[in-house]
Amino acid sequence: MKNSKTTQKIAFFFLLLATLLIILPVGLIVVIIVVKGLPAISWSFIFDMPKDGMRAGGIWPAIVGTICLVAGAVLFALLIGVMAAIYLSEYARDNLLTRIIKLAIVNLSGVPSVIFGLFGLSLFVVFLKFGSSIIAGSLTLGIMVLPIIIAASRVALESVPHSFREVSLSLGASKWQTIRHIVLPNAIPGIMTGTILEIGRAAGETAPILFTVAAFYLPHLPGSIFDQAMALPYHLYVISTQVPNVDEKIRYGTALVLLILVLFVNLVAIIVRSKFRKKKKW
Amino acid sequence: MVKFDVRNLSVRFGAFNALKGITIRVNANEILAIIGPSNSGKTTFLRTLNRMNELERAAIMSGTVELDGTPINAISAEALRKRVGMVFALPLPLPLSIFDNAAYGIRMHGGKSKQAVREAVEKALKQAYIWDEVKDRLGESAFKLSGGQQQRLCIARTLAVEPEVILFDEPCSGLDPISTAAIEEAMLKLKSVYTIVLVTNNVKQAARVGDRTAFFLMGDMVEIDKTDKIFTAPSDKRTGDYIMGKFG
Repeated sequence: MKNSKTTQKIAFFFLLLATLLIILPVGLIVVIIVVKGLPAISWSFIFDMPKDGMRAGGIWPAIVGTICLVAGAVLFALLIGVMAAIYLSEYARDNLLTRIIKLAIVNLSGVPSVIFGLFGLSLFVVFLKFGSSIIAGSLTLGIMVLPIIIAASRVALESVPHSFREVSLSLGASKWQTIRHIVLPNAIPGIMTGTILEIGRAAGETAPILFTVAAFYLPHLPGSIFDQAMALPYHLYVISTQVPNVDEKIRYGTALVLLILVLFVNLVAIIVRSKFRKKKKW
Repeated sequence: MVKFDVRNLSVRFGAFNALKGITIRVNANEILAIIGPSNSGKTTFLRTLNRMNELERAAIMSGTVELDGTPINAISAEALRKRVGMVFALPLPLPLSIFDNAAYGIRMHGGKSKQAVREAVEKALKQAYIWDEVKDRLGESAFKLSGGQQQRLCIARTLAVEPEVILFDEPCSGLDPISTAAIEEAMLKLKSVYTIVLVTNNVKQAARVGDRTAFFLMGDMVEIDKTDKIFTAPSDKRTGDYIMGKFG
């Protein structure tokens, strides 16, 4: 008996150790970026245009660019994704077509991000003649996050109890009314969870925006969605590898701003989600 | 007056024959009680009357069901369910406030002012004997009510739509005796306005509220007659055995 207890203790120790190891990289990333980046943060760093070939000044255009790109991508992906998820979980029968659709969604989520970039370049930039623009970048990012949004939305829709649908239908509501008034409102928290996960990815990806929107150096704000824009992840790449003699604190400051931006957008989504959760009464 | 005229109704779920050629008439303003052991097709019969079986993709139906002389398949499912309401075995409030639950059906059908919705909700809650308990907390979640209150709210929700027929599917199966008595009392009052079909596992409940009683067994209807007759002198031995509690 004593022996097995010792074994158990050793096993627990190693399991705990492995779990603690997960905290380490997360903590280190945050600490290093905050410590090295914080000195650079100031109003002028955030709200000014870059100067001296990005070696001085601020990163405002990159912040605005990233916000526009993420907003466009999430808007597009939610619109298409939720509609597709409703079709798949509420209307579609199990046949060859829906199986092909589901297979396509699974495969889409396995495509490397640089492929999305090339795809966006050929479809939106060249074929649809959007040029290198916010709309092309947003749509490319949107397609990249679509599979997760669809998957999360389907799970959220399917987790709404079947009995709610039956009750609604039994009262003479149409199928669409049932979806609109009962199923969808109760699925929103789940849909938001999937969206929150994807906001961070859309904000941080470099490859999909590389060929579709990102400007190397553009010291003014975009005027419309058909303009090119700077974006934080690409800007970070540029000042870290392409421009010599950039102060280290500017690089880490940029990274810190990107982190905070993602955190902030997630926070908004989490607040929206908790509002809907409060409305949930079961 | 005949409300529902069901002729030679069979329903099949895949290979399972749930109903095997049922012929039955439901009269207006009566309470027709349907008794029988589980898996005898009672609920399937009930769910045929408001076309809820169609939600199961494997369901195949044959025979005819007419409501006031019109085949129910000639009426849209939404319009039929507005005329034929249903109360389920478990209390199933929607994840909404008490008021919104009661108002749900009316709002979906539309065309009523806010004032009219409010009046209809109050009337329905009164008819289901729950108004006094909830009138001060209409904005609260329906899930905060007790099981018996929830079930009466569900009845009110069905009544608010002002159907012609109400289908009760074992409405008291999860309730205590006092809540059951309240619901039975409501049913007896309601039959002056509504036609009621009551499926129940509780034989005594059928005896208490049923004008006529039908006994279902393994997808067949063994017999149907005045409730008094079924309980005192059933014409089929199996009916007597079931009522006496020899099986089921």
